[in-house]
Amino acid sequence: MDMIKVDNLSFEYIRRDENGDVESVHKAIDNVSFQVKKGDFVAILGANGSGKSTMAKHINAILYPTSGSVWVNGLNTADDENLWNIRQSAGMVFQNPDNQIIATVVEEDVGFGPENLGVPTDEIWERVEKSLKAVGMLEYRHQSPNKLSGGQKQRVAIAGIMAMKPQCIVLDEPTAMLDPNGRKEVISTVKELNKKEKVTVLLITHHMDEAVLADKIIVMNKGHIVMQGTPKEIFTKVDELKSYRLDVPQVTELAYELKKAGLPLDDGILTVDEFVLSLKKIQHKD
Amino acid sequence: MILLQIVFDKVNYIYGLGTAFEKAALKNIDLSISKGEFIGLIGHTGSGKSTLIQHMNGLYKATEGHIYFNGEDIYDPKYNLRTLRHKVGLVFQYPEHQLFETTVFKDVLFGPLNLGMDKIQAEIRAYEAIKMVGLGEELLDASPFELSGGQKRRVAIAGILAMKPEVLILDEPTAGLDPRGRDEILDQIAKLHKESNITVILVSHSMEDVANYVDRILVMNHGELAMDYSTKDTFARYKELEKMNLAAPQVTYVMNALNEIGFDVSTDATTVAEAKKEILRKIGSVK
Repeated sequence: MDMIKVDNLSFEYIRRDENGDVESVHKAIDNVSFQVKKGDFVAILGANGSGKSTMAKHINAILYPTSGSVWVNGLNTADDENLWNIRQSAGMVFQNPDNQIIATVVEEDVGFGPENLGVPTDEIWERVEKSLKAVGMLEYRHQSPNKLSGGQKQRVAIAGIMAMKPQCIVLDEPTAMLDPNGRKEVISTVKELNKKEKVTVLLITHHMDEAVLADKIIVMNKGHIVMQGTPKEIFTKVDELKSYRLDVPQVTELAYELKKAGLPLDDGILTVDEFVLSLKKIQHKD
Repeated sequence: MILLQIVFDKVNYIYGLGTAFEKAALKNIDLSISKGEFIGLIGHTGSGKSTLIQHMNGLYKATEGHIYFNGEDIYDPKYNLRTLRHKVGLVFQYPEHQLFETTVFKDVLFGPLNLGMDKIQAEIRAYEAIKMVGLGEELLDASPFELSGGQKRRVAIAGILAMKPEVLILDEPTAGLDPRGRDEILDQIAKLHKESNITVILVSHSMEDVANYVDRILVMNHGELAMDYSTKDTFARYKELEKMNLAAPQVTYVMNALNEIGFDVSTDATTVAEAKKEILRKIGSVK
């Protein structure tokens, strides 16, 4: 079954003047359809203003469609009765770690979500422990979130979502403010949760090397979906990506440049290892 | 003679001095920066990067040690710190959050007017600064809030440039921008550096960006200046960098991996262009 089903979705930001008359209409999403299967890891790429975040906010009913519909786990987001079920099944992690942490002790922060859902106390603590363990932060449970690094704070935020037992996590540029190690921590945590806990992941990012880890990539441009496919399929199209203000990982760019210069390297090289193997093959032919 | 523009002499800074929460944020920093340099500043979150740059324009006062700007001690009671803050322009993270005026032009004009300049002169400066960051004239009267993320950030940078700083410090100027927006801003800064010989200090978490633009890198780690080398020499020490929660650009890893399997390439490439040249040189000599 589909975890997320987006059907002919359009969304307009409408600006009104003091009298309440419409001043301008901006179509942020224009007739978009796609599905995400349960357990998939999907990355969404797109320039600033391409509609990525607007899309993400539809998935846990922060925004409602102007037209079309969004279904999460079989529930229509436009139906008010589904609101809490949807927010519980699709948790969201945002860019700034400092805006998402509310408690003064790590474990209390993680317990906030399930407590709010009315989960019995014993079970809250079980969930807190399990979630902190899953993101590798159990040893920090009694600490103040204040003292954590950016990557650690983001992992606590993810644990807070996990404690609500969601089936899907939507992450909106979760690494934009982190140092290289923090980025690595967060992305490998997300990958682990996807693999081990079978959580469906929707990752919005400007970092191409993170998108490489996804099962599938969706590229948005000016409110439309313009490309869809596996990382290999997407990152082979270097020029097309650049036309959407995007990029490819450095190693992919290097392979692409060398191919242009006449080296018969493989198509769609995405990692350092793949690059080294491919170059080795050429050398052995010589 | 090379003019030493900024000199740190055994600078220490302790947060919350005399309280139970004392924390040394800068430890014994010795550092000198010459006019016209293009420098990268990297370090894990909490390493002291932001504290360091805020000492450069006197927003923080060192607990111990001295800082000299153009040969003058900035802690001399007669020294005018207000002037220092114009000469050392600091663009904070997410500077677009600080835009507040009704038009782009007015927002950029605020700085020079605040310096006490007459209106005409201030307007000329604002106009020049907007041109310098590559914003079109059609945007002069636009509301800053209608612009894209990248455009807003340029307006914020123009606001600093309009004060004609001798040193421009940018704290993560590309965070949250799409790849093209990132390249556009950094290209513009590089152009500015080349044309006006302004000293630029780029604080970044992106090793690729730093490698593509700067000549020298300062590495902060737990409040200490852990490295101060050329870009190549810095990334050659990628194993040490990793221990400090940092990394090297991806191509540096490619070159090292090639080297390890006996493919005899020089490992000092830090950009795609350099790696391409080196691999072609090697393959060319094999064939």
